[in-house]
Amino acid sequence: MLKSRLAGLVALLLVAAPAAVSAADKPTDPQIAHIAYTAGLIDIKAAQLALKISKNADVRAFAENMIADHTTVNDQALALVKKLGVTPEDNDTSKAIVKQTDEAQAKLATLTGAEFDKAYAANELAYHQMVNNALRDTLIPSASNAELKALLETGLKIFEGHQEHADMLVKMLK
Amino acid sequence: MTAFRILALAGVAALAATLPVRAATIEVTISKFAFSPAEITAKPGDVIEWTNKDAFAHTATAKDKSFDVSVPANGKGTLTVPDKAGAFDYFCRFHPMMKGKLTVAK
Repeated sequence: MLKSRLAGLVALLLVAAPAAVSAADKPTDPQIAHIAYTAGLIDIKAAQLALKISKNADVRAFAENMIADHTTVNDQALALVKKLGVTPEDNDTSKAIVKQTDEAQAKLATLTGAEFDKAYAANELAYHQMVNNALRDTLIPSASNAELKALLETGLKIFEGHQEHADMLVKMLK
Repeated sequence: MTAFRILALAGVAALAATLPVRAATIEVTISKFAFSPAEITAKPGDVIEWTNKDAFAHTATAKDKSFDVSVPANGKGTLTVPDKAGAFDYFCRFHPMMKGKLTVAK
């Protein structure tokens, strides 16, 4: 029961989201900025949900760190787009990610206790894998502004760390 | 003259021997989510100073929990090396893939 729910959540993220990201061929800088910022907000929202539901100290520490890091990266992104005079532009990829993760988070919100913790950790692992692949394969290569590209590269390095951390958390909760 | 010199030298030597060994400050930089240098050696009483150049808060936390130093974003954190010889693996609690090692040699 739990396994199938978990599998469902993970499958939703793994299958649906990357398809959405790769659907837009070569996004523009304003679109890339929007996608990256949106991806950060989604993870902050998931972390806030975790802080509301979870009583596990490791899960809560992870969630607090997600909020801290993604808030900092997003603040840097906002400062950069302001400096560059770029207005982030909503697009199909952003919309698709929001829709799919909203569904995943709605399912998460119905869980409690260890069931929630495991699902949140698995979700975070899958989500960071998805975002990191998108950054590596699509967003970074498509970015034309050097500063935006550099920020995305820094972001990727941080989020790869999050992915490893999420992987540790998944194994710890087994 | 010679006797005086010897006396003076002996005096200096005696004074030096009674003074405690000066504690050293060992600096570690945190930049782009990495400790540099990643491995350091120190003596008890030395001070380790981590300087964080990232805009993200980090920690230097011993794997065995014997120390837990908070290193704020663009700030510093310090640790007075405990009087306990051994190798201490440490990491950042927020970013556990950041790893360092402190070897305490008496």
